[in-house]
Amino acid sequence: MTKKIFYNLDTSWVNNTQINLSAVERRTSTLTKRRTVKKEFQVAWLLKAITLIDLTTLSGDDTFGKVERLCNKALNPIDDYILHDLGLDQNEIRVGAVCVYHHLIKDCTKIIQNKLPIAAVSTGFPAGLSSYTTRKKEISDSIKDGADEIDIVINRGYVLQNNWKKLYDEVRSFKETAGKTKIKAILGVGDLETLRNVAKASLVCMMAGADFIKTSTGKESINANLNNSLVMLRMIRDFYTKTGKKIGFKPAGGISTAKSVLEFLILVAEELGFEWVNPKLLRIGASSLLIDIERQLYHYTSGRYANKEKLAIG
Amino acid sequence: MDKVIKNFQNISYGPAPEDSKEVNSWIKNLKNPNNHFINGKFVKSSSSKKLNIINPSTNKKIATLSVASKKDVNAAVSAAKKAHVKWSKLSSFDRSKYLYALARLIQKNSRFISVLETIDNGKPIRETRDIDIPLVARHFYYHAGWSARNTNNSDNSIGVVGQIIPWNFPLLMLAWKIAPAIALGNTVVLKPAEYTSLSALYFAELCQKAKIPQGVINIITGDGSTGQHITSHKDIKKIAFTGSTEVGKKIIQTNTNPDKKMTMELGGKSPFIVFEDADLDSAVEGVVDAIWFNQGQVCCAGSRLLVQESIEKKFIQKLKKRMEKLRVGDPLDKSIDIGAIVAPVQLKKINSFVNKAQKDGNKLWQPSWSCPTNGLFYPPSLFTNVTPSSFIAQVEIFGPVLTTMTFRTPSEAVSIANNTRFGLAASIWSENINLALDIAPKVKAGVIWINSTNLFDASCGFGGYKESGFGREGGSEGIRAYSKLPLPLSKAKRGKKSSKGQSSNSIDRTPKLYIGGKQKRPDSGYSFSSYDAHNNFICDVPNANRKDVRDTVEAASKAVSKSSTNFNRAQILFYLAENLQNRKTTFSNLLSSLIGISQKDAKKEFDQSIERLFYYGAMADKFEGSIHNPPIRGLTLAVKEPIGVVANILNDDYPLLSLITTLGSNFAAGNASIIVPGQKTSLLATELYQLLETSDVPAGYINILTTKQNSLNKILSEHENIDGIWFFSENNNERLKFIQSTTSNLKRTWCPQSKNLDWSSKEEDFLEEFLYQSTQVKNIWIPYGE
Repeated sequence: MTKKIFYNLDTSWVNNTQINLSAVERRTSTLTKRRTVKKEFQVAWLLKAITLIDLTTLSGDDTFGKVERLCNKALNPIDDYILHDLGLDQNEIRVGAVCVYHHLIKDCTKIIQNKLPIAAVSTGFPAGLSSYTTRKKEISDSIKDGADEIDIVINRGYVLQNNWKKLYDEVRSFKETAGKTKIKAILGVGDLETLRNVAKASLVCMMAGADFIKTSTGKESINANLNNSLVMLRMIRDFYTKTGKKIGFKPAGGISTAKSVLEFLILVAEELGFEWVNPKLLRIGASSLLIDIERQLYHYTSGRYANKEKLAIG
Repeated sequence: MDKVIKNFQNISYGPAPEDSKEVNSWIKNLKNPNNHFINGKFVKSSSSKKLNIINPSTNKKIATLSVASKKDVNAAVSAAKKAHVKWSKLSSFDRSKYLYALARLIQKNSRFISVLETIDNGKPIRETRDIDIPLVARHFYYHAGWSARNTNNSDNSIGVVGQIIPWNFPLLMLAWKIAPAIALGNTVVLKPAEYTSLSALYFAELCQKAKIPQGVINIITGDGSTGQHITSHKDIKKIAFTGSTEVGKKIIQTNTNPDKKMTMELGGKSPFIVFEDADLDSAVEGVVDAIWFNQGQVCCAGSRLLVQESIEKKFIQKLKKRMEKLRVGDPLDKSIDIGAIVAPVQLKKINSFVNKAQKDGNKLWQPSWSCPTNGLFYPPSLFTNVTPSSFIAQVEIFGPVLTTMTFRTPSEAVSIANNTRFGLAASIWSENINLALDIAPKVKAGVIWINSTNLFDASCGFGGYKESGFGREGGSEGIRAYSKLPLPLSKAKRGKKSSKGQSSNSIDRTPKLYIGGKQKRPDSGYSFSSYDAHNNFICDVPNANRKDVRDTVEAASKAVSKSSTNFNRAQILFYLAENLQNRKTTFSNLLSSLIGISQKDAKKEFDQSIERLFYYGAMADKFEGSIHNPPIRGLTLAVKEPIGVVANILNDDYPLLSLITTLGSNFAAGNASIIVPGQKTSLLATELYQLLETSDVPAGYINILTTKQNSLNKILSEHENIDGIWFFSENNNERLKFIQSTTSNLKRTWCPQSKNLDWSSKEEDFLEEFLYQSTQVKNIWIPYGE
C-alpha cells in the first residue's frame, strides 16, 4: 500500500462507527490490572516514558525565564546522580519535544539548538475559533520561527453538528499549510462529550492528513483518560489496517504520575503494539509528570522515597 | 549495570510475581492428609483413602487430600442435623451477624485467599484478586442482608443441605452455596471439588474465627464417592449441585427420596452473538472475557461465537490480532491473562477434543507464540470452518477453545444459538437497542448479557434452561431455592354421597381427545370405560397412546412458539370462567356422580374453580418479573418466562379444581399444556373442551389426553420436546420412578407428594407456587451509557 498524506473523506465509515461506553470502561479498568511492570522493567518503562514527553508550558504568564527552565530540563530530564546510578550516560536521555505558545518558539530555538523538536500550539489554541485566515497564518508563522511540529485545534462545533465535510476541509487545509511539518490534531475530547464523537472526529482528522491525533488542550474539564485514549487508539488501528499508514497518538492533560503514564504505555502497547511506543508515534503532553518519574527513579536507585525539593524543576 | 535498564528503548514485560510465602507455609502446615471440618472442629478422616493435590502451574504435588468415607459423611450430616434445630430458630438478625462476620473476614484476608486459590486452581491471580474473592465477600454481604431484612423471623428452612461444588471457581461456588443456605436457617455439608479443596479448608478456619455455631457449616473433602454418600444420605433434605450435566443427571437418577429438593447448575455451550452493528473492538474484548476467562473452564463460557456474515472476515482478523497479545503462563504473575488448566486429565480432554475437531476438518488457529511447558498450559484456540453439525460446536470443552460460525439474519442467529441441548447463558452484541432487546427473550438461556459477558453479582439470579440445569442461585430467585414452601393439607375429608347413582337414559356420550384445538379419536382405537362412584357404567373414554402424545406435543410446541400477550391470556381465562359458570349444573352433577361427593360439595368445588380461573386470569398480567440492581451502571431484568410445553398428570382428587388450577396457571404464564386427568374423572376434562373452544383458547394451548391411570407417565416424562412436567401422586415409588425418568432432557419437574393436598386452599403461597412452577427466570443484563 502506498501511503498518502491525504485520504478522501469516507463519511459512511465515519457514520457507521460504533462505540459502547460500558464495554470500553470494562476494557480500560481491567487492562490496568492485567498488566504491570516491576523493578528494573518499571525503570526501563519510565525512562522510555521520558523520551515520549512533550514537555509543555502553556500558560498566559509564560516568559523567557519559564521557557529557559523548561528547555534545560527537557535536555537534562534526570539528575546526573540518578543517571549514574542507573548506569546511563548524561546525554542518553531527553524528552520527546518541548511544547510552547508561538511567541516563545524563537527563545526555544536558541536554547535547544536543534537537539530536540519544538512543538507549537496553533490555530487559535485552545478554542480554535479565531478567523480561518488568522489560524492558517499562525501555522506558517510558527514554522517560520522554527517550530518543528504544530499542534492544531479542531473546531469542536463541526463535530457536534456532525459536519464532517467542514471538519475535513479545515484540518486538510491546515496540513496543506504545514506541508512537511508534522501536525497534531487536538480533538478537545472534553467538549465532544461522547466517545462516539471522539471516534468519529479521530477518523476525519486522520483522513484529512493529521500526523498525530491528540486528546485535548489541557484547558477543558476532561482531558486524556484511558477511555478516550482507548477509543482513539482503536481508530488509529482501524485506519492503519485500512490504509497502511501509522498515525501517532498524543494523550495530553492530567497525566502527572509515573503510575498513570505506565497505564497509558500499557494501553498503547496492548492495543497497537510496542512499535507504537516510540516518539515518532507516541507523545505524552505533560508538565509535572517528569518530576514524578524522576522521584520514582530516585527511589529505585537509592531505596528511599525522594523529597521533591531535591530534584530540579522544569 | 542492568541490561534491562540500559536497553530502555526496547521495553518489554518482565516478571511480576505475587508473593506467596505466607500461603506456601500455610499449605506446608496443613495436616497431611487434611482433616475434615465437622461440627466446628477439624477431625481426622476415618478413611485412609487419599488423593494428591497439585499446583497446576507446576504439575507438582503440594498436599494430600483425605477422601471422606460414609462414616465421615454421617458424622457431618448428624452434626448439621443437630445444629439445624438451634440455627433455624435463631432470629434472622442473629444469623445475619454471622454472615457479616464471614464477609469481613474474607475481605480482611482477601489477598491470602486469592494467592491460595491461584496456587490450587491455576487461574491467574488477576482473576482471583479482582473477580473471585471480591464476589465471595459480596455474596456473604448480600445474604447477610437477606437475613437481616427478614424481620418476622419465620422459619422456612429446609434442614440439612448437601452441597457439591466444582473446581472452576472453588471459593466462589462455596459462597454461592453456603451464604443463601445458612442465611435462611439451613445447615450445610459441603464437599469441595477433589482438585481444589484448599480454599474451602481455609474458609473453615474463618468459620472458626467467625464463631459460626458448631455443625452449621461442615466441610468434608473427597471425590465422587464422597459425593455419592452425600447425595444418598437420608437426612439431607436438599442437594445443591454445580458440575457437569452428566453427573447432575446421575444424581437425579440415583436419588432415592422423591421429596429431596434439588438445584442443578450444569454445563453449557453458550452463544456469543455479534451483529454487524456492534462495537467490534469491544466485542473482541468480550470474546476474551467470554472464553479466555479462567482458561475457558467456565460453565457459562461464551464458547460458540456467532458472527454476522457481513463482518466475519473483519471480526476474525481483529480477534486473531487480539489473541496474539494474550499471555499464558505462571498464574501468580500479575501480567498473565491465561493460567494453567486445573488437572492433567482436563488438559488431556481438551487435547483430545481439539484433535478430533481437526480430524473432522475444522480449522484450528492458535497464536504464534508458544506456551510454557513446565505446567498444565493450553494456548487460546480458535476454530473456524465450523457448522452447527460439527462435533466441536456441540460438545462442552471446558477449555480455552472457541468455535466460530456465521449467521445472516437475526432469526438465523436465534436458531443457531438455540441449536444446543444446553441453555445456560448468551451474550448479544449490537448497538441497536431494538435488536438486542428483541433477541434476548428469544434465546433460550437463563442469563443474557447485552454488550457484555460473564458478569456476576449476588443480587442477580444465575442458572440454566434446558440441560444446563434448574433452580437459580443469587437474587430473590436463589433465596426461594433455599426455602421450604409446604403445600396446604386438607383438614377434613369431604362427605360421601349416600344415595345410589341413577343411570340416565340420555343419548350416548362420545368423549374424544382434545389435541391442537381439535377433537380427535384416539390413534389406538381403544377406549376404557368410565363408571360413576357406584360403579354404574357411564360411557367409554378414549385411551390415548404414544402416538397421541407425539401429535399433542407437536401441536403444543407449535402453539407456544406463537407468542400471545398476557392481557390476551387474562381475557381468555375470564371468558372461560364466564362460559363455565353457565354449565354449573352439568359439571356439579358430573362431579358428584364421578367421585360420589354431595351436591353441596360438588357445587362448592365448582364455585372454587370459577374463582380460581378468575385468580389466574388476574395473575396473567400480574405475576411479573423484577429488576435487580447489581453494582454497575445498568440494570438486570429478571424476566419470568414460560417453561414451554408442560404436561400435567393429575389424579382424581378435587378433579375439577385441580384441572382448573393446573390449566389456569399454566395458561396464565404462557405455557402450552397437556392435561392428563385422573382416569376416573376423565369425563370432567373432556366435558371442558367445548368450553375451551367457545372461550377462544388458541389451538394447541390446552390439550387433553385421557388414559388409564399412569399409563402415559413414562412416555411423557421421557419425551424430549416436553419442557416441563407436573405429576401429582401419593405413591412415593411412582413419584421416584417418575422423577428419575425426566432426565432425558432435564425437564422442569414438579412432583409433590399430593396426599391430602388441599386444592381448595386460597393461600397466596400455594396459588403462586403454581405460577412459579409455570415459569423460569431469565436474567438479562443491560449495561448502558453513552
